[in-house]
Amino acid sequence: MPSTAAIEVENLVKRYGNVEAVRGVSFSVNEGEVFGLLGPNGAGKTSTVEMLEGMRVPDGGRLSVCGLDPQRSGGEFKNVIGASLQATALPDKMRVREALDLFGSFYPRRKSTAELLKRFGLEEKRNAFYSQLSGGQKQRLALAMALVNDPRAIFLDEPTAGLDPQVRREIYDVIEELKKEKKTILITTHYIEEAERLCDRVAIVDHGKVIAIGTPRELKERSGAVTRITVRLAQPENNGALNTLEGVTECRAETGEYLLYSTKVPRTIVALVKHLEEKNNELVSLEISAPSLEDIFLELTGRRLRD
Amino acid sequence: MRNRAFLFFSLIMPIAFLFIYAGIFGKGNRQAVPYLLAEVLALTVMGSFWGLSVQLVTFREQGILRRFRITPVGASAMLASSLLSNYILTLPTIVIEFFLARWIFHMTGLGNLAGVFVLVTAGTISFASLGLIVASVTNTMQETQIINQIIWFVFLFLSGATIPLPLLPKMVQTFSLYLPATYLVSGLQRSMIDLVGPASLGAELTSMVGCALIAFLISAQLFRWDAEAKVPRRAKIWAISAIIPFLLLGAWETANGRLRSHSLKDFNQTVEEPSRLQLRQP
Repeated sequence: MPSTAAIEVENLVKRYGNVEAVRGVSFSVNEGEVFGLLGPNGAGKTSTVEMLEGMRVPDGGRLSVCGLDPQRSGGEFKNVIGASLQATALPDKMRVREALDLFGSFYPRRKSTAELLKRFGLEEKRNAFYSQLSGGQKQRLALAMALVNDPRAIFLDEPTAGLDPQVRREIYDVIEELKKEKKTILITTHYIEEAERLCDRVAIVDHGKVIAIGTPRELKERSGAVTRITVRLAQPENNGALNTLEGVTECRAETGEYLLYSTKVPRTIVALVKHLEEKNNELVSLEISAPSLEDIFLELTGRRLRD
Repeated sequence: MRNRAFLFFSLIMPIAFLFIYAGIFGKGNRQAVPYLLAEVLALTVMGSFWGLSVQLVTFREQGILRRFRITPVGASAMLASSLLSNYILTLPTIVIEFFLARWIFHMTGLGNLAGVFVLVTAGTISFASLGLIVASVTNTMQETQIINQIIWFVFLFLSGATIPLPLLPKMVQTFSLYLPATYLVSGLQRSMIDLVGPASLGAELTSMVGCALIAFLISAQLFRWDAEAKVPRRAKIWAISAIIPFLLLGAWETANGRLRSHSLKDFNQTVEEPSRLQLRQP
């Protein structure tokens, strides 16, 4: 593992009775990196992150966060991490500023409440009770609380789960701001968009195991998932002829368009242009859709993320 | 004050008890007010038992404790701060009850305030610690409520807090000598009526402080941040050890009868005899 790793996980195992929720998970997160654990519900993401937060005791393997063992380093460990948990709440009658003041008071080093309120757009809600906040505001407060001690490593467990797309994008903006500050962040998610937009590297997790790891681009390149080329032509073409173009694995005609599925995109395009010239046909439009992480997950597991 | 349930159970209900006790049971007998006020003070202090256990289980079920778990705050600090905040919130009710007893029910004197203060302090912490034990050994709010109700009714009706101890059958009186609530009620009555100070409340205070210490240590050991973490069976056996000081004190009291004779004397002096005199007057 590289020496700059802020988070190191080796052969991590967690069992609940007879169920092995985490089965030998290994990965490392470099300092200043945003790392995503992507997988469906029940894949073992939350168990993994909660062991890293020191909330669950591993049944096997080794882990360290900022050089500290979550189970043995006690207060010193808790001072360097920040977390937004998946299943948590605050007392209904606690005000927003009181929550930040209270949780800030637990740490020797802390960010000011005013600064956090401003940064997370909660100034107007500073005196609101927790029960009066919307889902998005509660999540922003959770993120503000995760930063209250200016942590070195931040764990965000499903930070946008259950939020509508607009609020989700607001949360993405906040996390992107953190990314610019070079904070080490570990995010668990089952949203492809979230992993692709926010993460420097992603580990795809399924049934308690890491099945692929790398940057979103690397994963796509490494994958055998095909790229879709959508073309619109001046005159109709023979489906069978397009199917024989180099790299094309499948061709479908759909409402005036042709969908070419290719494993060798540049070669397919060259072959397509050549074919059209020979047939005196013209290309009206061309669109390339690269495989998404969803396609890669499907390829690796045979299931969709939300199955 | 933001929590209406807290406001009702910690402030309105004890004050309502004062009005019922002094207004109805006291029947205008000013001498009975310190005796009845001691009962109301004991009920207020005993309320800590119920309040803290319910609060802690609610926080655990709602996932609020989980959020505290990732901070440097440990279980002991968490429990100690709960005890302290509960104590601070109990004190104003005690002051209001004294004020009302004095100004509305014309209570003469204020008893031995030092004695009352240490009993209220030791009692609040002791009963709140017993509440922590209940929270530690129950998994759900339903379980907590059932155990609380059983213990609460025993404390309420068999300790002298509602029915004066001398009026209870002899067998029940013997049983009540093993209850922490009995020592709280009796100690407060002695401080209010016999003006007994902390130095003469050694047995009551030692048992309450001992119980609080044992209960606190066990609660800290059995503390669960997460609703998913279920209580181990051995925990329930551990929890019972919190009543050891009262078992010892109960055995000692059963042998020498000190508490029962104090209780009978205070009852006769403040409630029974003045009522008899009132009845004889034309």
